[in-house]
Amino acid sequence: MKKWYMVTLVGRDQPGIVAGVAQALYAGRCNLGEASMARLGGNFATMLMVEFDGEIPALEAMLEEVSGRMGLRCHVDAIEAGLHCHIEPDVRISVYGADRAGIVAEVTGALAEAGLNILNLETDIGGTEENPIYIMHLDGVAGRGAAALRSVLETLSREKNVEARLVENDLLMG
Amino acid sequence: MAVLEILVYPDPRLKQISEPVETVDQALLDFIADLEETMRAGPGGVGIAAPQVGCFKRIVIVDVSCKPKIPHHGRLVLINPVIATSNGSVVGREGCLSVPDYTGNVARAERITLNAWDETGAERVYSMEGFEARAVQHEMDHLEGLLFLDRLVSRRDIFRRKVYQKPRASVSKPS
Ligand SMILES: [Zn+2]
Repeated sequence: MKKWYMVTLVGRDQPGIVAGVAQALYAGRCNLGEASMARLGGNFATMLMVEFDGEIPALEAMLEEVSGRMGLRCHVDAIEAGLHCHIEPDVRISVYGADRAGIVAEVTGALAEAGLNILNLETDIGGTEENPIYIMHLDGVAGRGAAALRSVLETLSREKNVEARLVENDLLMG
Repeated sequence: MAVLEILVYPDPRLKQISEPVETVDQALLDFIADLEETMRAGPGGVGIAAPQVGCFKRIVIVDVSCKPKIPHHGRLVLINPVIATSNGSVVGREGCLSVPDYTGNVARAERITLNAWDETGAERVYSMEGFEARAVQHEMDHLEGLLFLDRLVSRRDIFRRKVYQKPRASVSKPS
């Protein structure tokens, strides 16, 4: 019986974290599944699906040395999971504009109400210190069709002064 | 007619470069019929290339007529296709009959013109855009031993492209 865990690691970014963690897990006879890593504001954050025969304390102990050496906080959860569970996003949406408080909540809230199930979200702050701009990109499933989302985005652009764009994924299978 | 077996990556043969077709004969036409049946047997398949069934000849079939409201040429059999011109860049999501359970975003030319033989061996010229052009480029990659996995763009790339190309797109003249 395969057991899956979600390993979350957070810390100050520095070279060699991914390699160090991957080596520790490999040496401990773990298999890696899907993983996502991001550098957010100079911090390293990663989520790893790890397949391991043992229990949580053993997995934590396996990561103790590398976590200590690299200054990472480590968190392990047992998860119900498997590979080959992809959901196909049918829309991708990008939104940008002058940064201000509440923009993520407004945009994602309105989209959720129009039926969007978000599969991936990435946001960034660019521009300058004086004039920051907010940039968001997301992939999702339009539960109630792309037209519903388009109309919400039109309202948002008009009322909240953001640029919003939706592209329907026309999946090409060949 | 028969549905042929599709090679699935990591089969190394998918990375092989295919050879030009010398002559169109009945054996080749029979193979093309099987190739088309194989394409139509797959779920949602809009194109197929001969090397995907282990025949390393420069033949692709594309038929995007099932997609509503887009320009297309219907059923296209392209023998020894060569892209003559390509313009624009568009990111779209692709999957492949030879790469199960994975899809990704790929940048392709938006408009292409190409030369190819048809099933009678006659030289033809096509001009196409959008989804059909993307499909032809995906299939022609197979002739070079390339998969869409060789051309993935990250989410960040998609976004950069979209944001920063906007001003340029609005001032470009139709070609
Ligand atoms: Zn393919």
